[in-house]
Amino acid sequence: MASKESMELRGVIARNQRWDLIVGTVGLLATALGVIILTLLFLDLVLDGWRRLTPEFFLNFPSRRPEEAGILSAWVGSALVMIVTAFTAVPLGVAAAIYLEEYAPKNWVTELIEINVTNLAAVPSIIYGLLALGLFVYILGFGHSILTAGLTLGLMILPIIIVATREALRAIPVAIREAAYALGATRWQVVSDHLIPYASGGIYTGVIIGLSRAIGETAPVITIGALTFIAFLPPIPFSGDPPAGPFDWLFSPFTVLPIQMFNWLSRPQSAFHVNAAATGIVIIVATLAMNGIAIWLRSRIRAKLKW
Amino acid sequence: MSEQNNATIVSEPLKAETRKFNFYYGDNHALKNVDLPVAERMVTALIGPSGCGKSTLLRSFNRMHDLYPGNRYEGEIRLYPDDVNLVSPAVDPIEIRMRISMVFQKPNPFPKTIFENVAYGLMVRGEKRRSVLEEKVEEALRGAALWEEVKDRLDDLAFNLSGGQQQRLCIARALAADPEIILFDEPTSALDPIATASIEELIAEIKEKVTILIVTHNMQQAARISDYTAFMYLGELVEFGRTDELFVRPRKKQTEDYITGRFG
Ligand SMILES: Nc1ncnc2c1ncn2[C@@H]1O[C@H](COP(=O)(O)OP(=O)(O)OP(=O)(O)O)[C@@H](O)[C@H]1O
Ligand SMILES: [Mg+2]
Repeated sequence: MASKESMELRGVIARNQRWDLIVGTVGLLATALGVIILTLLFLDLVLDGWRRLTPEFFLNFPSRRPEEAGILSAWVGSALVMIVTAFTAVPLGVAAAIYLEEYAPKNWVTELIEINVTNLAAVPSIIYGLLALGLFVYILGFGHSILTAGLTLGLMILPIIIVATREALRAIPVAIREAAYALGATRWQVVSDHLIPYASGGIYTGVIIGLSRAIGETAPVITIGALTFIAFLPPIPFSGDPPAGPFDWLFSPFTVLPIQMFNWLSRPQSAFHVNAAATGIVIIVATLAMNGIAIWLRSRIRAKLKW
Repeated sequence: MSEQNNATIVSEPLKAETRKFNFYYGDNHALKNVDLPVAERMVTALIGPSGCGKSTLLRSFNRMHDLYPGNRYEGEIRLYPDDVNLVSPAVDPIEIRMRISMVFQKPNPFPKTIFENVAYGLMVRGEKRRSVLEEKVEEALRGAALWEEVKDRLDDLAFNLSGGQQQRLCIARALAADPEIILFDEPTSALDPIATASIEELIAEIKEKVTILIVTHNMQQAARISDYTAFMYLGELVEFGRTDELFVRPRKKQTEDYITGRFG
């Protein structure tokens, strides 16, 4: 039946398919290795720390007695710093991306800015800490405060938001822009009525990925002088005597979750290491939850955009 | 066109007219000394082989080329009865686009509701009154023969319509702004024959009120729906005439070759 030529062809095909098999197997192993190691690390953390994940753990200040110590000041600090970070990085990043993508003339200056923005995303975070120490703490006098930390992390995630927003804007087909312009829309009407809404899925994703990176950052926050032991909360606006101003909390000393974790890890008593593991679980769950929200938002908005 | 002035071929009043019109994409001289009259409330078809400049000419009428750097107009496109040169830098392209609408090759509805799509042209003019918007949207959808199909689901996303319905929605969107001219760039090339027939019918109705300039690759379509036809080749307007004459007795050899399918 099979002629000589087709026997030869089969030999060639079999040889080619051997490579498919080899590459497929190696790839599967590599993927599995990454996932397995991550899962094991997380399981180890959970086994070490889950016993400490009680309501009191979230409601107690740190303490010299490990069983009574909690992460109240740390999670409140992290949350407030994230709010400042989001309020600085989101408007700045989205505005910069819209300017670069829609308004800036396409010349070498824009290109230079573009290259630099991309490179900024790769600058080690401690460099942002040093920059912030000079600028926010010493020159502007914001102190070792929530404001300084929020601005620092905001600067750090700015490139992530700019790049994500630009990519989302670029994904909008030219035909849609032209349809809007052809009806007599101004550039700003096109941006606000069309581009921002259609890009919002990508923008949210960029924001959340940026924030989930910022929430785990330790180095720049230590550099600008976050405390490692703090047993009070920032002043709630209009509370206390005399009543606190609405923005006093911005200038309050603070700590954040990864610093609290680091602090407990560096103690000799192993009971504190359990607290550190529990804090680690909180950070990882917060990060995973944020990423989950990003994926959900993106798929929800994508469902409306068919291109 | 030395032997005959194109404008004298037209018996109706003119709505617009290009005069010694040239267009450049940077160094690329895409349109050369085009003299095209556009008769009021008539359908003028632009035909010619791919790359001859039909879309370029069409998009000059609503200043779409202003959106991209390096493009340059030379000569005039006069718009009547105002008698302004609409490609002059002194004329605001936004005003021109409000008066001259466009329907594109591929249906390009916004990822918004049917209602919002049709109302958008009014909303950019600052019209916010719900009752006015509703009235105009219904009128435009009726004008685009889409009202009966969508009247119960105006708040559905436009993407849920079929391709032909989407293109009629785009026509409604163009109509809602009460334009003086509608530009069509191969509006049926992405549609099946039935959807194509309904768009052609629609164009025949719309021309009662609006001047139409249409690019088409389909010679039968040009013959069916247009009153005047312009044949373009390599950026030049080779021949302009009444459609019934141009297709039966072309004056130029190139025109004859093209419409008999010998090239292009
Ligand atoms: N954005 C652009 N930049 C530079 N040259 C362009 C651009 N768009 C079109 N051209 C050139 O201008 C000439 C006319 O193009 P145009 O799109 O007007 O042709 P067309 O007649 O509409 O063709 P088709 O039937 O394929 O749509 C072509 O040579 C094309 O390569
Ligand atoms: Mg074209």
